[in-house]
Amino acid sequence: MFNHSTLERHSLLLIVGILVVVSIGGIVEIAPLFYLESTIEKVQGMRPYTPLELKGREIYVREGCYLCHSQMIRPLRDEVERYGHYSLAAESMYDHPFQWGSKRTGPDLARVGAKYSDEWHRAHLADPRSVVPESVMPPYAFLEKTELRVDDIEDALKANRAVGVPYSDDMIKNAKADLIAQATSDADGIDAFQGRYKKAEARDFDGDPAKITEMDALIAYMQMLGTLVDFKTYQADAPENRR
Amino acid sequence: MPHRVLIQVKAVDRAALHRRTLIFPATEGPMQPKTGEMLPQTDRFMVPAIFVGFLILGFYVATQTTDPLMGMQAWTFMAGVGMALIHLVRRYAEGIPADDKGAYANDVVKAGVIASMFWGIAGMLVGVIIALQLAFPNLFYFPDLPWTNFGRLRPLHTSAVIFAFGGNVLIATSFYVVQRTCHARLAGGLWGWFVFWGYQIFILVAGTGYLIGVTQSREYAEPEWYADLWLTLVWVAYLFVFLGTIWKRKEPHIYVANWFYLAFIVTIALLHIVNNLAVPVSWLGIKSYSAFAGVQDALTQWWYGHNAVGFFLTAGFLAIMYYFIPKQAQRPVYSYRLSIVHFWSLIFLYIWAGPHHLHYTALPVWAQTLGMTFSIMLWMPSWGGMINGLMTLSGAWDKLRTDPVLRMLVVSVAFYGMSTFEGPVMSIKAVNSLSHYTDWTIGHVHSGALGWVGFVSFGALYCLTPWLWRRERLYSHALVEWHFWVSTIGIVFYITAMWVSGIMQGLMWRAYNEFGFLEYSFVETVEAMHPYYIIRAFGGLLYLSGAFIMAYNLYRTVKGDVRAGEVVAGQPLPATA
Repeated sequence: MFNHSTLERHSLLLIVGILVVVSIGGIVEIAPLFYLESTIEKVQGMRPYTPLELKGREIYVREGCYLCHSQMIRPLRDEVERYGHYSLAAESMYDHPFQWGSKRTGPDLARVGAKYSDEWHRAHLADPRSVVPESVMPPYAFLEKTELRVDDIEDALKANRAVGVPYSDDMIKNAKADLIAQATSDADGIDAFQGRYKKAEARDFDGDPAKITEMDALIAYMQMLGTLVDFKTYQADAPENRR
Repeated sequence: MPHRVLIQVKAVDRAALHRRTLIFPATEGPMQPKTGEMLPQTDRFMVPAIFVGFLILGFYVATQTTDPLMGMQAWTFMAGVGMALIHLVRRYAEGIPADDKGAYANDVVKAGVIASMFWGIAGMLVGVIIALQLAFPNLFYFPDLPWTNFGRLRPLHTSAVIFAFGGNVLIATSFYVVQRTCHARLAGGLWGWFVFWGYQIFILVAGTGYLIGVTQSREYAEPEWYADLWLTLVWVAYLFVFLGTIWKRKEPHIYVANWFYLAFIVTIALLHIVNNLAVPVSWLGIKSYSAFAGVQDALTQWWYGHNAVGFFLTAGFLAIMYYFIPKQAQRPVYSYRLSIVHFWSLIFLYIWAGPHHLHYTALPVWAQTLGMTFSIMLWMPSWGGMINGLMTLSGAWDKLRTDPVLRMLVVSVAFYGMSTFEGPVMSIKAVNSLSHYTDWTIGHVHSGALGWVGFVSFGALYCLTPWLWRRERLYSHALVEWHFWVSTIGIVFYITAMWVSGIMQGLMWRAYNEFGFLEYSFVETVEAMHPYYIIRAFGGLLYLSGAFIMAYNLYRTVKGDVRAGEVVAGQPLPATA
């Protein structure tokens, strides 16, 4: 007959017992997410981030934006009316790591893309209280002054491909050229860039044509948030999208 | 020593005699140094050699990298390793290992007590600063100093209080408790010091990393891939030092506190490794990309995140409860059977609770439902543990009046009961639809962190300081009273402000006017938070003040002072048990 004192006397049995007991929940809850087809909806329009957007996303992560801004609209009436269509799992399928957030000291940003002008973003990021007097957001004026580091962009795309983002050889080879093309209003190779990344917008996001700054990258990222999925073709009630 | 308990035990049988070691932590008896100490001990050159090896690796990275942030991280790492080496050299100069003078390895525990106090104050100070930033954004932000922004300081605050303060308390108390309950000297010799310094180096690299903008953006797992690898190495060493001591034990049974410490060490290793799986962009750069994406990444992270609460902030600190409360109250643990049931059900159920952080998100509903169900069930083992801790006071309730340290420990268990009731309530989807994303969550976390983790840690440190430095008593019991009341009032300000404002925020977000439109713009809800953010910062300031009082009290205790004119009602605190 099993007696608990056996476990109390044998430290390795105790450890094995602990490992077995704490493994069950994780295996049952997490593992199926990797093979159940219904986990991620079937949508049209999703594509990997452009090199400039990816860099912008890194700045978003670096500055800890996720600590105050969620990117996950819940299917509740007030949220859908305030922010737009509720977020789909498909919309973060290329997000390494995810940026759903856990707190809204500021508003949700899942669909902030194309809602404000570049000028508004620049003014707001540099000095939030100049456009929203009640805001408690920190100032990010230094982004305008800091040139974007671009020498590692090819490696960044390669690392993303290693974890499953479908970057093609073509995208990786042209990563640096694409980054520069997107941040410049009249660059060469703009057509090739937009052929690689559908619906990607190219312009001088920070209003300073002389250099590509971190502000360019961050605004490029924010202006595309939530704009990729084509909701005209998405059917929430279709059986394959019911979860 | 309560004779009543011993007499009862004698009247039963041999099995019960063994069980006595399970419900009553062993007393510190004289222990003969082991004869095996004369054998060649590899730790004496292995540990310094590992540090020197990493110093060289750090130098290589610092000089070869093209990533300026990696360069700063490498130099910081080398500074940390250098401090550890200087400390080891000084110990060698005094003749090694100096700890051998006593039967138990006490010096490494003393270092842990000092580090806990230091990081505790540092972490709480950063907490007060970021609370003030939200209350007074015009005064506490500096446009030209990116490293002072909320987004960089907030991970510094959470990591400093959870991992630097809490982690040092756990390592120090586990090293103390495992030796006493096993009647064995800490295993591994200098490896104990490797764990101590290795952990401080991790804190240093992680903390300075946040300030310069190095983060994975995984809450409570922000450090990048190389810091994660270093922590894995330190953690494996920690497991073997702890386990090695258990293997040397002279008691046949492993005491209940050690089950909890083991569950904490083993499970944190599992969570840490899986959640931090990532592919670095370059071996000489800081940046990495998580192995998982989107929905899978989210659940992996919150499986980790909630069990950092479950195994770091709960199981580990329950181990402290199971040693220090019986010890300080001089009473056996209330129920041996309850501790078994409580232990296995707690660790089994906790691991399922992660999805309640993702209610109504794009996580599939079946996973949300599972997470909610198990979170509600978790209420039972949590309260089982609370009852076992509180009822240990049976027959000694009067000590709450005279012993402020015991009161602190017991109140911590009461806060534990409160926040483990609130947690299951908030995990109900209907409640969560209101509470999620609001400051209610912040209030909930702090009732657990300040009330439970903070107070049980303070209680343990108040016990350990006179025990380790062999002082008759603490410098001042009146100052402990001050600490207790200032901090308790601080907690009340903090959590009530966050409850009221969090619920208000949630209600304002979903409020509709008579025409069927949303009543408030988002920024109106931000404006409404202002007075509560001020009250919260004030509460935090009180709590921090309490910690300063404690640091002073412990410092004077170590010096060997006793506050003039202090008379304690009833019997004095048991200084050395």
